[in-house]
Order: sequence, then C-alpha cells, then structure tokens
Amino acid sequence: MFISQISVFLENKAGALREMTALLGQGGVDLLALSLADTQSFGIVRLIVHSGQIDEAMRLLKDGGYVARINHVICAAVPDRPMGLSELLGVIEEANLSVEYMYSFMRASKAGTANMILRLNDGAKAAQVFALKDVVMLSQDDVDALGAAN
Amino acid sequence: MSTKQHLIYNPACECMSRDELLALQSARLAETVKREYENVPMYRARMDEKGIKPEDIRSVEDLKYLPFMQKTDLRDYYPFQLLASPRSEIVRIQGSSGTTGKPIVSGYTRNDVDVWSEMMARTLTAAGCTKDDVVQVAYGLGLFTGGFGAYQGADRIGAMVVPMSSGNTQRQIMMMKDLGVTLLCCTPSYATYLGETIREMGLVPGRDIKLKAGCFGAEPWTEAMRARLEELLGIDACDIYGLTEIAGPGVAFDCLEKHGMHVNEDHVIAEIIDPVTEEQLPYGQSGELVFTTITKTGMPMIRYRTHDICSLNDKPCECGRTLARMSRITGRTDDMLIIRGVNVFPSQIETVLVGTQGVAPHYMLIVDRVNNSDTLEVQVEMTDDMFSDTVGHIETVRRYITEQIKSVVGISAKVTLVAPKSVPRSEGKAKRVIDNRKL
Repeated sequence: MFISQISVFLENKAGALREMTALLGQGGVDLLALSLADTQSFGIVRLIVHSGQIDEAMRLLKDGGYVARINHVICAAVPDRPMGLSELLGVIEEANLSVEYMYSFMRASKAGTANMILRLNDGAKAAQVFALKDVVMLSQDDVDALGAAN
Repeated sequence: MSTKQHLIYNPACECMSRDELLALQSARLAETVKREYENVPMYRARMDEKGIKPEDIRSVEDLKYLPFMQKTDLRDYYPFQLLASPRSEIVRIQGSSGTTGKPIVSGYTRNDVDVWSEMMARTLTAAGCTKDDVVQVAYGLGLFTGGFGAYQGADRIGAMVVPMSSGNTQRQIMMMKDLGVTLLCCTPSYATYLGETIREMGLVPGRDIKLKAGCFGAEPWTEAMRARLEELLGIDACDIYGLTEIAGPGVAFDCLEKHGMHVNEDHVIAEIIDPVTEEQLPYGQSGELVFTTITKTGMPMIRYRTHDICSLNDKPCECGRTLARMSRITGRTDDMLIIRGVNVFPSQIETVLVGTQGVAPHYMLIVDRVNNSDTLEVQVEMTDDMFSDTVGHIETVRRYITEQIKSVVGISAKVTLVAPKSVPRSEGKAKRVIDNRKL
C-alpha cells in the first residue's frame, strides 16, 4: 500500500537543488518523481527512486552532508480525465482526511491513468478508505516497474 | 567661550572644584566599602582574600587595591545575595540581560531611586529641560531601566511627562504633535525612525512638531547619526549612558557642548583600566570603563567592570561643569551585542538552542541595520531530529526556537535553518557573530 519516499533538506540558495540532483545523478540514481516545497528560508525536496536504489541514494546524501530521511506515502492511480483528481479528493474529504502535500509521477503505469503521490494526515486510515472505495494504489513493486520500464 | 545657554540642575554638585569632589568621593567610597564588607559575604570574602580591611580604604587613591565585580556576580548571587541593605528597604527591582537564560536584577532602596532620579534630572536639564517642558518617554517602561529612568528624571524636574513606553509609532507621533512635546527620550535608532516617519507623514518639525532636544541612549551611535537626527528633527541630540548594575540611564550625560558625557562623579567613581593587566590607566587613555557606586545602598557595586571601551577627560567643560567626561563607547571587551537597545549575549542564544531537543548547538548570529532598526538573524543548522518531509512540522520547530529566543533574550529574531555543517567550526573560540551594522 505504501511506497518509500526520500525527503531532503535544502537551504534556500542558488544552486542547492542542482548540486543535490547532480550528486544523485553522478551516483547513478534515477529519479522517478520529485517535488520541491519551498518556504522563504528553506526547501524540502521529496524524491521517489527505485527501491533498489534507496540505500545508495541515502548513502550518497548522508556522505554529501545532507539531512535526509525515508518515509512512506501513498501512490494512487487516478483516471486521466476531467474530474479524475477531484473525485479522489472527494473521497479524502468525505473520510475527514487532509492532504499535507501531493505531487504527480513523471511516468504513467498504463494509458489512461495518472499516478499521484499523496501524504495524508493519517496514512493508515487513508489506505483503508482507498481500498474500500476502489481507489487503485500502486505498490512498491508497481513503482519499481515504472523505473524498470525506462 | 561657548555661546550656548547651559542649564545646570544642581550646580553645587555638578560644578564643585575637583579637590572638593575628590574629598567627597573619598569619604563616600570609604563608607560604601564598609557597608559592603559588613553586609555582602561574597565581597567580604574577596576583600579578605586580598588581605584588605575596610579601614584600609581611605581615599579614591586606594580604589586600585579593591577587588573587581563582574556581571557574572549578579548571576551567581542572583537575586538578592548582593544586597547591602535589608530586603524590606528595597523599593524597586530593575533588570537587564544576563549572559545566559536568566536576566540579572538590581535592587534599589528609596535612596537609590532618589539618586537615580537626581542623575536623570541633571541629564534632562543639561539637554535644556525645565518644568515648562513636555517630555515624551519612548523607552520601554518595565524591568528595563530606560523608561523609568527618564520618567523619574522628568518628574523630578516637574516637567509634564508623557509615558508612552516603546512602540506604536503612529500614536507616538500623534501625542508628540497634539501635546506639543519638546523633549524626546528613546534609543537613537528609534528617534531616527520617528523622525523619518514624521517627515513621511508630511509633518514639519518646528511647525507641527515642537521638539527642541532629545536624550538618546541604550545603544551605541555615532556623530554622523547625531548630525542626521538633529537635521531630521531640528533638535539638540544628546547622548546618555547608563547601566542597570550602576543605576540606569543618567550615569553619564551630554551637555549641549556635546564633547563627551559628564559622569555623575559625586555618585559614581569612574576608572579606566587595561582589560588585560587590570592596571589603572591615566585620563585620556582608552581602556575598559569601571564604575564604583558611592551613594547606592541597595546593591552597591565596587569596581564593576562594564566591558565598555572608552576614555575619560577631566578638563573643565565650557558648560561650567567640573564633572569628568567620558568619550563615546568605541567597543566592547566581551562579545555583548546591543540590538534595538537590548543587551544580547551570544551565550543566551546558545542556552536556548542547547535546551531545545533535537537542535544542534552550532549557530551564527547575523546583525544588521535595516531602515534604522537593528535586525537579528539566527542561523541554526538542520538536524536529523528536526527534519521532516512536511513544511508544517519544520515551521513548528522554527517558530518554537523563535519564541524561546524572544522569551529569553527579549527581542524578536529571524531564525533561519541552514544546511548541516554550514556554520563554520573553528579551533578554539568559535566566531558566532557577524555584525554588518555600519557604525
């Protein structure tokens, strides 16, 4: 139900994001999805990589002096049509859950769906609700398959 | 000769001959040392250690044999162990920043409040204040001595006091205009801000604003700032020096000659020492300013090291006063910062960070002056414990640190989170402060 995500702390200064992505890129880590949250004074980068590359990515980041951590998020497949996302958010709202952040995958697993990565205030409850409401969730294997398809 | 008209509040004390003054100081010093020895165990122990008895101190000449006192003493013997009078005789507590989380406090007897009021009455009179004046006090009224000091001095003169305390600039200006305020007491940076706001509002000093003088202190400033303030507000801008440990504002003050601040030497003895050898330095030479109170009864201070660097001048002044003058403060012998009139020690910030779980003790303080107001940025390194994938969580930690700093230091700081290991580590004493203010 859950997939692993790496979050990295970045200072809000020129070149910070490029340096970090270059570090991972030179280490051969392939980024499957990325989102950047920025405030006036700092940024958080969230990354999805192939599960086989998580340890290597974390090692590169720690050795590079970055503060980074792994946590778990939900990846939901949303029908790729008008109202697709809105309906998913309706399910979330109905269950009294709230979205802390959300971003989308760069690659679709199959035609006609878009993959959304969601961090909800209560992940366990969200997974139950989604299963009940037939929201399609990607497993870590599904996500890894997206990377392999490259 | 000067063409300025000088008002003197207490000519008998402010203009006595140096010989008379020396005799008075000597008698008062002997009395103070005796009081201290008999009532303050800590200082008695220090004198005993040096083999000095109160009767050995007969004149100002003997001052150099006495042990020093330090700001850390006010922390170590907090809050009442330095009192030389019974607690029931204390009528007031004032305080200022300590070097760690706790403020330092000073206890005043009725006599001490009177002495302080007298010093501030002299200060305001020297700036041209009489009972016909309207004095706006825009220093904070509270534990900080600025507000109460100015209030008491103006009250002693019989002037009309407007106790605004600090902040709320629009209301300050409204009162200044409506009440015809003639004297302003606040920090020089706030005075500049008030002056600029007055101009922006289209008010004309001299027509809408009746200010004639101001007594500005609690933070370092320059002759250039004085010229700017005088031009901006059409006033005489007078410098004023003081510290809670000794009394508060009014320990030394500018007369309208503005050539050094007269030290109220019938109440305090000023010395300049070499901060390293601790030897006394002659008049004219720059060193650390040391004060001994000689009329205070609540919490007398003997050879209190201010850590301020300046020089003394005992030449008679054009204004008629014989009180020696101290130069502007040119620096500090420790790492104390004065930010918006508040004394800030980097160690206070360190106390907050060390006391906050998950926060690294590495930090950098960046001080600047933007639009005449001091700014403080505290750079804190991100740690594994503080980090989260959500902005909200990190912001909560950042806000918590900001609030802790505000409550311990007393001023608002901008807390910035920086990458781990980005604060420079150095061998020995780390550099914790970057002061970009151009003073």
